[in-house]
Amino acid sequence: MKSKMTTAIDIRDVVKTFGEVTALHGVSLGIADNAFFTLLGPSGCGKTTLLRLIAGFEDVTSGEIRLFGESIARLEPNRRPVNTVFQHYALFPHMSVIDNVAFGLKMQGMDLPARTARAGQMLEMVHLSDYADRLPAQLSGGQQQRVALARALAPAPKVLLLDEPLSALDLKLRQAMRVELKQLQEDTGITFIFVTHDQEEALTMSDRIAVMSAGQVQQVGSAQEIYEAPVNLFVADFIGETNLLQVEVHEVREGRATVTLPGGHRFACPSAPVAPGRHALSIRPERVTITPGADLSATVDRVVYLGSDLQVLVRLADGSPFTIRLQNAARTEVPGPGTRIGLHLEEGAARLLAD
Amino acid sequence: MKGVRYYPGFLPLTVLCLVILYAPLIVVMAYSFNGSTSITKWGGFSLRWYVDVFTGPDAGRFGQAAWNSLTIALMAATSATVIATAAALAMVKGGRFRGKGASFALINLPLMVPEIVTAVASLIFFTAIGLTTGYGTILVAHMAFCIPFAFLPIAARLEGIEGSYEQAARDLYATRAQAFRLILLPLLAPGLASGWLLAFIISLDDFIITNFVKGAGMETLPTAIFGSVKQGIKPNIMAISTLMLAVSVLFVTAAYLINRKGQKTP
Repeated sequence: MKSKMTTAIDIRDVVKTFGEVTALHGVSLGIADNAFFTLLGPSGCGKTTLLRLIAGFEDVTSGEIRLFGESIARLEPNRRPVNTVFQHYALFPHMSVIDNVAFGLKMQGMDLPARTARAGQMLEMVHLSDYADRLPAQLSGGQQQRVALARALAPAPKVLLLDEPLSALDLKLRQAMRVELKQLQEDTGITFIFVTHDQEEALTMSDRIAVMSAGQVQQVGSAQEIYEAPVNLFVADFIGETNLLQVEVHEVREGRATVTLPGGHRFACPSAPVAPGRHALSIRPERVTITPGADLSATVDRVVYLGSDLQVLVRLADGSPFTIRLQNAARTEVPGPGTRIGLHLEEGAARLLAD
Repeated sequence: MKGVRYYPGFLPLTVLCLVILYAPLIVVMAYSFNGSTSITKWGGFSLRWYVDVFTGPDAGRFGQAAWNSLTIALMAATSATVIATAAALAMVKGGRFRGKGASFALINLPLMVPEIVTAVASLIFFTAIGLTTGYGTILVAHMAFCIPFAFLPIAARLEGIEGSYEQAARDLYATRAQAFRLILLPLLAPGLASGWLLAFIISLDDFIITNFVKGAGMETLPTAIFGSVKQGIKPNIMAISTLMLAVSVLFVTAAYLINRKGQKTP
């Protein structure tokens, strides 16, 4: 794959304040060229602000943003070779689809035949050649989304910014677009920076993900790293479904901790570097199996049918609620409510978190 | 939905209101086609008073007054639209700034100040700074009081235009000026048109302020009509009134249609 990585966007100590409110507290990020990079976080975490700073719609309060080594933090948006796909597309309502797509090329000074040809190619790429002369209002949401993509990609930007572009689409279309976006990124070789609050979206498309919260980057890593080795409580809780238990930590050595669960079960698991004391432990529900005679015992409360999966809600010995996920396979034995069961934690199921 | 007929007594009340509002207008319109010189007795259908307006003894006076009204309304509406657009841009797209609330109140204040007060104040002001009252002072006064009327539809339209359109244009390499000219202005056009038309009608129609600041010998159509009525109502006044009404209805309808068309495209 990518051997020597070039950095497309280098963000250093970026602070952004709006009056009294600080939206970004010194964010630093390196985004590799030709990558699908996602900024993931709940609303108000600063992800959209960071995107708008890269686009140039807001000015940084302090810090530096470099695009392939050149500082862009203080350039006007029209002087930055990055383009944006807006959340609600922002297609110009008074211009035809082809004029929308050709707008950036026109502003760059490309002559009419050349830009018509290029815009036509872009529409072909998003399968909308037949709609060139329509107005945006005459298109469906999914089609408008494609036009917005074609318009942003037409001037061949060095980086494409996408601000929750799938949030206005219905579920089926959203799922189809995920695959298509990823494909488009690989075909064009342009770095995509994608903003979303939807962790499933982030996990399916991204080469790398930056999880953000409260104006700070919490963790940067691949989908697998973020899911399987969350560095702190926020990341573990935000990504996927997990059981969070307060545990007693006895010893932390070489990335492993010895802990005691509320019910008294003592075991060792991978750990973030924390001091002994009370900390949060994350146990992924799908990494727990029901094993008769296992050390950790629990009582079944209820079983929730989810189609492909079954969710088993249980209580540990001390009464704390705990969730297990089983695949709804033909041979899965489903314990009835009230049954006492033994739980086996697979390797990697549990992870001790920093606060 | 039960509809308005559900409420007892609403229909007669509605009809009564409509009669009070429109009966006088209908009478004036009907009698403008009266064949006799009487303003109360019907003498058969005729267009003689319309002919009289354009060729009769008063034709010169009314013609000049109509010309004054028209040119003043054109210039006042145009300059008020330009100023109101600038004001609306600052108020709606200018972000937060000190004195924004006060500015908004100031722009709209002329709508609430009794017109007679504005009229007296304008006259005192013009006299104080040594301007001779006449065509020029009417024009300046009209430019000023038309601003809030042009401002309202323009600001309303501007509020409906999302900021992301301009950002998208800027993102696609348009300068500030290009983004304004190619994106914001076309989207704002229906608001500009209805603002201009409203200002035009308000100027064309104004009597009180005009009467104070016009000076001797200078007439607009409303003051000329008033002057003529003081010596008794002649049927040609009804013809002129009907013509003015027609122009007003035409313009207001145009403003309405333009605005409605503009709102259809998101």
